[in-house]
Amino acid sequence: MEKLSYVGKSLPRKDALIKAVGAAQYAGDREFAGMLHAAAVRSPRPRIKILSISDTAARRVPGYVTLVTYKDIKGVNKWPVVLQDYPFLPEKESRFAGETIALVVAQTARAAKKAAALVEVKYKELPFLEEPLKALEKDAVKIYGDDNVFSSFVIKKGSVDEAFKKAAFTAEGEFSTNYQVHAYLETQGAIALPESDGGMTVHSTTQCPFYVLDAVAAALSLPYHKVKILQTVTGGGFGGKEDVPALVASHAALCAAKTGRPVKLIYGRKEDFQSMSKRHPGWARVAYAADKNGKLTACRVKYVLDGGAYSTLSPIVLWRGTVHAAGPYKIANVDIKTYAAATNKVPCGAFRGFGQPQICFAQESLIDELAEKVGMDPVQFRLKNLLEPGDRTVTGQKLNSSCGLKEIVQAVRKKSGWDKKIKDRRSKPEDRGDVATGIGFSAVYYGVGLGAKGRYLDRAGAFVNIYKDSSVGVNVGNAEMGQGALTVLAQIAAETLNAPYESVKVEEVDSSKVPDSGPTVASRTTLMSGNAIIEAATPIRERIFKTAFDLLTAMGAGASQKMTACGGLFSMGGKSIDFKKVVAECWFRRLKMSEQGWYAAPRTTFKMEDGQGDAYVIYSYSADAAEVEVDLKTGAVKVIKIWAAYDVGKIVNPRLAVGQAQGGILQGMSWAVFENLTYRNGIMVNPNFTDYVLATTADKPEYDITFIEKPYAEGPYKAKGLGEIPLIGVAPAVANAIKNACGARVRSVPLLPEKIWKALKVG
Amino acid sequence: MKQLENTFKLACLVNGKRTELEIDSSRSLLDLIREDLGLKGTKEGCGEGECGACMVLVDGRAVNSCLMMAVQVHGKEMVTIEGIKGKDGGLHPLQKTFIAEGAVQCGFCTPGLIIASEALLRRNPKATLEEIKLELTGNLCRCTGYEKVLSAVEKARGKK
Repeated sequence: MEKLSYVGKSLPRKDALIKAVGAAQYAGDREFAGMLHAAAVRSPRPRIKILSISDTAARRVPGYVTLVTYKDIKGVNKWPVVLQDYPFLPEKESRFAGETIALVVAQTARAAKKAAALVEVKYKELPFLEEPLKALEKDAVKIYGDDNVFSSFVIKKGSVDEAFKKAAFTAEGEFSTNYQVHAYLETQGAIALPESDGGMTVHSTTQCPFYVLDAVAAALSLPYHKVKILQTVTGGGFGGKEDVPALVASHAALCAAKTGRPVKLIYGRKEDFQSMSKRHPGWARVAYAADKNGKLTACRVKYVLDGGAYSTLSPIVLWRGTVHAAGPYKIANVDIKTYAAATNKVPCGAFRGFGQPQICFAQESLIDELAEKVGMDPVQFRLKNLLEPGDRTVTGQKLNSSCGLKEIVQAVRKKSGWDKKIKDRRSKPEDRGDVATGIGFSAVYYGVGLGAKGRYLDRAGAFVNIYKDSSVGVNVGNAEMGQGALTVLAQIAAETLNAPYESVKVEEVDSSKVPDSGPTVASRTTLMSGNAIIEAATPIRERIFKTAFDLLTAMGAGASQKMTACGGLFSMGGKSIDFKKVVAECWFRRLKMSEQGWYAAPRTTFKMEDGQGDAYVIYSYSADAAEVEVDLKTGAVKVIKIWAAYDVGKIVNPRLAVGQAQGGILQGMSWAVFENLTYRNGIMVNPNFTDYVLATTADKPEYDITFIEKPYAEGPYKAKGLGEIPLIGVAPAVANAIKNACGARVRSVPLLPEKIWKALKVG
Repeated sequence: MKQLENTFKLACLVNGKRTELEIDSSRSLLDLIREDLGLKGTKEGCGEGECGACMVLVDGRAVNSCLMMAVQVHGKEMVTIEGIKGKDGGLHPLQKTFIAEGAVQCGFCTPGLIIASEALLRRNPKATLEEIKLELTGNLCRCTGYEKVLSAVEKARGKK
C-alpha cells in the first residue's frame, strides 16, 4: 500500500477557526427579513384529555400573531419515525408533561413565550403510568396497544436451563440505570422559510437532515423536491439530535406555512429537558453460568427499557441493547428477552451507546461478581472468555480478523499496572484509612452502523466536485455535530484525489444536494460517507492521475518510470507537477471533474425470530480500567484515572480520535456518578443544570488512551467507527473499582454516595 | 412594533467601540448583545448562569450575560468573543491554542471558555493547572472531556 499523505495524521479541524472566533452560525444565530418567532404551549400534566385550546388571553400580548394547533396540519398527523404513534401535535390526548400541544407565533421570541403562557388549555386528567416494570404488569392501565410494549426481542441459542443446572459457578443480579440528558450546549431549534413555489426551506440543528426532510414533507403534505433541509452548525448531538429535531423543525414549518413568513423556533433549556429525547432508564436481571475452569457456559437476560410516552427510536435502541446484552464473550447457551415499555414520561431515544450502556453496566458488573465466585482475577477471567477472530458471537456471527479485543484488554491491563494494583490491594485489606482506592475493569464490543434492524437505511451518498481553480467541494448526507466529520471526510477526499488538504471543503448537509444517506448515528459516518466519497472520487482520481502521467511524460520524465502521488504533488523521473496544474489540464481536456458516490452496507443475515445471524457488518472494541477513591465516611467517589484502549480500525485523525475518546469517557463517567434526572408523580423534578449535575473541569479524571488499529478491509482506508464506544464501558469499570476499593457492590447508576454509603453500612 | 415601556439610554464601550443606544430597560445583557448589537458569538446555553456559554468580559471580569441586566453595563467596558484579538489584530493566543490543541469540538461552549480563560489569565498570568480547573468549573463542555481545553489554556499562558 502506498504511503498515506493525510489519513492517519492529526490535521487541523476544518471548523475550529470560525468556532474559536465566534463566527460559526448556529440555528439561533441566523436572521431573516420579516422573521417571526414561535414558542410551544406544553402539557402541564403526565396524561390528559384535551378539551379545548383558547388563545383569548394570549391575543392581548403585543406582537401576537397566531396560534397553531393540529388543525393546521395539512398532511397526516403522524410524525414518521419507526412506529408512527407520535402525532406532530396531539388532537385529543397528550401523553407526557412537557409535550407540545400547540404553538404561538409572535413578532419577537419574548412575546411568543409570554403569549404561549397565556394560552388556556382545558383538560381532564387521565390515569397515567410512571414505572416501566408496572407498565408490563397485566392489570396496568393501557397506554400503548394491549400490553404497553413498544417492542420486544429475543436471542435464543443452546440449552440455557441445562447449562445452569450443570454449572459449577453462577452469578445473578438485578441492575438499574437512570436517564441521561444529552446536555448538548446548543438547545434544539429550527428556522422555516416559506418559498415562493409553495415549498419550504428549513434550517435545522440536527444529526439527521433526512429525518427532518421526511417529517417536514409529511407535516406539510409536500413532495420532497419542494422541501429543502439545510443543516446548521450543530452544537452537540450525542444522539439527542437524531430524531427529535424533525419534530421541532416540523413545528417551525407548520408555523411558517400558516403565516407565510419565516419562523424561528429555539428551545429554552427547561423545555429541552422536559420534552426532548433522553437515554432510556434501564432495568435488567442478568445471570451467568461458568464451568469449574471458569469458562462461561450460559447467559440469561431480561432487559427492560423505559420508552416514555411515544415509541420514537425505542425499537432500534432496544435491538442494539439486545444484540450486545451478553457482553463480548464466547457463550454457547443464551436466552435474552428484552422489552421497551410505554410510560407517561418524556419519550426516550438515541444517546451515544444506544441501549448498550445500560445493559453493559449490568453484565460487566456481574462478570466481576462471577469472577470473584470462580476465584479468578477479573481480567484473567475476561481473557479466558473474550471473543477472538474466528469466534462466534451470541447471535452466531463469526468474527473476522478485525477484532483486537484481547490485545486492547492486555494493553489496558499493562498500562494501568493492573496486576500489581490488584496484588497490593489484596495484600493489605484492612489498611484503608478514611479514603480507599480501587481499580475496576470492563470490556465492550460495539456493532458499527445500523445493523440488521436498520439495514434499509444503511447507505450513504456523496458528491465530489473539483472546480476549475482546483478547489474541491464535497457534499455528504451525514452531519458534523462536533465529532469532526467535516475534517475526517476532507482527509479521506484529499487522500483519494491526492488534492492538498487545504483545498478540500466538505459542506454541511443540504438535502437537495445529496441523496438520503440515513442518519448520522451508530458511529457510521466515517465508514459510510467515507466509502461514498471514495466511490465518487475514484473515477476522478483516475482521470487526474492519467493526466498527471501525460503531463510528466511530456515534461520528459520517461514513461517507463513509476509515478508517485503524495501531498498534492505528482512525481516521476525527477519531475514534479502539482494538483492545481493537473486539474487545469483536466478541465482543458474537458474531463468530468465531478462524480456521485454511493455506499450500501453489506447484507446482514440476522433473524428476528430467534436472534441468530449476522447482526452488524463489523464490530469495534474497547477496554477500560478505572481507578477511584471512595470516602468511606460519606460514600463520595472521585474517579482518578481512566485507562482505555480501542480497536476502531484505522485512525483517520489521531488528535480528533483522542478528543472523541476523552469526551466519551467523561460523558460516561458523569452518567455513572452524577447525573440523576428525577420524576415525581409524572413531573420532571430537575429540568435544569442547577439540579441536574454534570461533570466539570474539577471532576475530570486523568485519561490514558491507546488505539490498536485492526484494519477493516471494507472500511475507508481500513477504518471502522469510534464515536460511541468510549462511553459504554465507563460505568461498570467505575462500579467495579468502587467494589474493589471498599467492598460495596452498587447495582444502580448513578453510583451516588448515599447508595455506596448504604451498601457499606447495610451490605 | 415592540413597545418600549421603560427605555434607557445606554452608553458603553463594546469591543473597543463607543456604543450608545436606547434600550428597553428590562432586557438582559445577553439579549442586548445578541439582538440589539447583533453579536452572535455569545451563546445562550441555559439562561440560568450555569453553563457559561454566554460569558463576556465586563471591565475585565467574566460574567454570565444571561444573569445581568443590560443597564448594568452602562458606563462600562464590555468585550465579547468578537473583541478577543491578539496584539497584531489577528488571533488571540487562546484562540490559537484552542485550535491547535483540539479544544474545539461542537464549538458552542468555546466563546465562553475563551472569555473565562482570558479573564483568568489577565488576572493571574501564571495560573496553575489547579487554578485553571477551578476557574473553568462554571463553563460546561459536553464534547471534549475538558483535557484539551485545560492544555490549551496552559499553553496560552504568557503569550500575547
